[in-house]
Amino acid sequence: MAEKLLEVRNLRTEFKREKGFVTAVSDVSFSIRKGEVLGLVGESGCGKTVTALSIMGLLMGTSGRVTQGEAWLHGRDLLKLSRKEMRSVRGRDVSMIFQNPMSSLNPCMRVERQLTEAILLHNKCGREGARARARQVLEAVGIPDADRTLKSYPHQLSGGMSQRVMIAMALSCEPDLMIADEPTTALDVTIQAQIMELMLEIKEQRNSGILLITHDLGVVAEMCTRVVVMYAGRIVEEAPVTELFADPVHPYTAGLIASVPKIGSGVRVLPSIPGSVPDLSVMPEGCKFAPRCRYATEKCRQSEPELTAVLGSPTRKIRCHVFGGEKGGARS
Amino acid sequence: MADMENGVISPEELPKAQSRTKAFIKKFLKRKAAVISLVFILFILFMGIFAPYIVPYDAATPDYTALLQGPSPEHWWGTDEFGRDVFSRLMVGTRLSVFTALAAVTIGTVIGAVLGLLAGYYGGIIESVVMRGADILFAFPDILLAIAVVAIIGPGVINVVIAVAVFTVPSVARLARSATLTEKEALYVEVARSLGCRDRRILWVHIFPGAVQSLIVNFTMRIGTAILAAASLSFLGFGANVTEPEWGSMLSQGRNYLVTAPHIVLFPGVLIFLTVLAFNLLGDGLRDTLDPKIK
Repeated sequence: MAEKLLEVRNLRTEFKREKGFVTAVSDVSFSIRKGEVLGLVGESGCGKTVTALSIMGLLMGTSGRVTQGEAWLHGRDLLKLSRKEMRSVRGRDVSMIFQNPMSSLNPCMRVERQLTEAILLHNKCGREGARARARQVLEAVGIPDADRTLKSYPHQLSGGMSQRVMIAMALSCEPDLMIADEPTTALDVTIQAQIMELMLEIKEQRNSGILLITHDLGVVAEMCTRVVVMYAGRIVEEAPVTELFADPVHPYTAGLIASVPKIGSGVRVLPSIPGSVPDLSVMPEGCKFAPRCRYATEKCRQSEPELTAVLGSPTRKIRCHVFGGEKGGARS
Repeated sequence: MADMENGVISPEELPKAQSRTKAFIKKFLKRKAAVISLVFILFILFMGIFAPYIVPYDAATPDYTALLQGPSPEHWWGTDEFGRDVFSRLMVGTRLSVFTALAAVTIGTVIGAVLGLLAGYYGGIIESVVMRGADILFAFPDILLAIAVVAIIGPGVINVVIAVAVFTVPSVARLARSATLTEKEALYVEVARSLGCRDRRILWVHIFPGAVQSLIVNFTMRIGTAILAAASLSFLGFGANVTEPEWGSMLSQGRNYLVTAPHIVLFPGVLIFLTVLAFNLLGDGLRDTLDPKIK
């Protein structure tokens, strides 16, 4: 098994509200190995992005802060680094690709300036060297006329082109880990596929890791090696991708997968999970999913289950009282 | 690597490199009022620099053979109570009146923009101090504030510049702060941060250019106000030395002859009016041109 690249342990992030603090992310632990794509899945507002921002140390400017946990990368705990040390990690060791490529680029600056900026920040290569490197990464992300693109302003680029430029930017300093926060949500489907392919290809070449944040299960099935499912700021299930789709154990995961339309299934009304994600300030006691879960018992409403290994399956973990103790698929 | 399967983008998809400056000029030229204003302002600025060398009469030399004369072929805009040529004095006075305003607004804008950017970006105590300070200054009407400043530091051209700059600062600071607050939330600022940019760089390289546009428009608009304020201060006797030609003080001295020789106040008044109007129209034009939503 390849060595661990990033290991997150017991991450907890809180946001300040008018009355006290609310917990957006709690007890989140996972790891990413080299050459692996880890999917982070869940509904809007379940803490996926907050998890990523916490690891990157990008919560300043918001009312959020990490109150507990560790994030180990190359033998250093990212959450304990000083601001200066963290700046040198961002972009060079870990880089991030954001959801909306069209607004990720500064409209006032030419592509060249933005691309070389990232390179110059972390390398001492001079203007010319940075420009050569920029041209090189643009070619690597499949932009044929790199010189023309370098001279363009962002509004002259299409969405797919902008996202390629963003990926080029994220790649420019050869980070070992890329965090992609819904990188294809704003793109149309054909471009989506191209961008996914591109990311996988780059990962293969460089043997780096990708943390892919998405709510699109189709993308997960396509891209990821392992999946972490989040609900209300907690990890509810962790499994290799094939096992997760073949045999979801947690009722929430099962509900998610059931609500994806399948061609040829003949179903007229899509199944959905009743209810909605609980508000952060009025979290239910016990299992956070219990109010929406049809298997919930009295125990579920009173105490919160731990994330434990699924019996007979060393690679899977689940946070559930009802199905926690048994091998998946036992549900009738 | 460019030949990889998914990397094929047809060359047509690539943008045509097009000059932003050219597009800007083309758009600006469509705004007739702004173009005319710009021409007028350029004329005024030209006069401000070269007037002393080209006007027909010396601005300070009295001519006791031609007192209080109306407009004539010799004296286009008439003469004042000392027989000085009003046209020559006004043109020479451009230097004092307009450049005082320009200097004041420039100083005020630079200070206000820096304060506003810092307040908007860092927030916290800096923001509280700067914005409350601005609120206090805002509580006074502009001209009253300027009079108060001049009353404290004494009259004189430099002090008029300081006074006008002081009341320019708060409005610029507010504008810069609100622009910064908007820009700060932009995704590209977060991207810059995710690449490891330091705060100072984010503020000046990524946020400042986005705020510049509204600052430029505000700058041109404020010049009109500043010319008026400088002229008002001179009118009230706080500005330039009375012997020096200055639009406001000419207006002030001429008002004694309002009935017998109205041209002495008419021409300075009209000139102030037109200059202020031109700067405002130019500001309007620039705002429309710089706003990407208006075609």
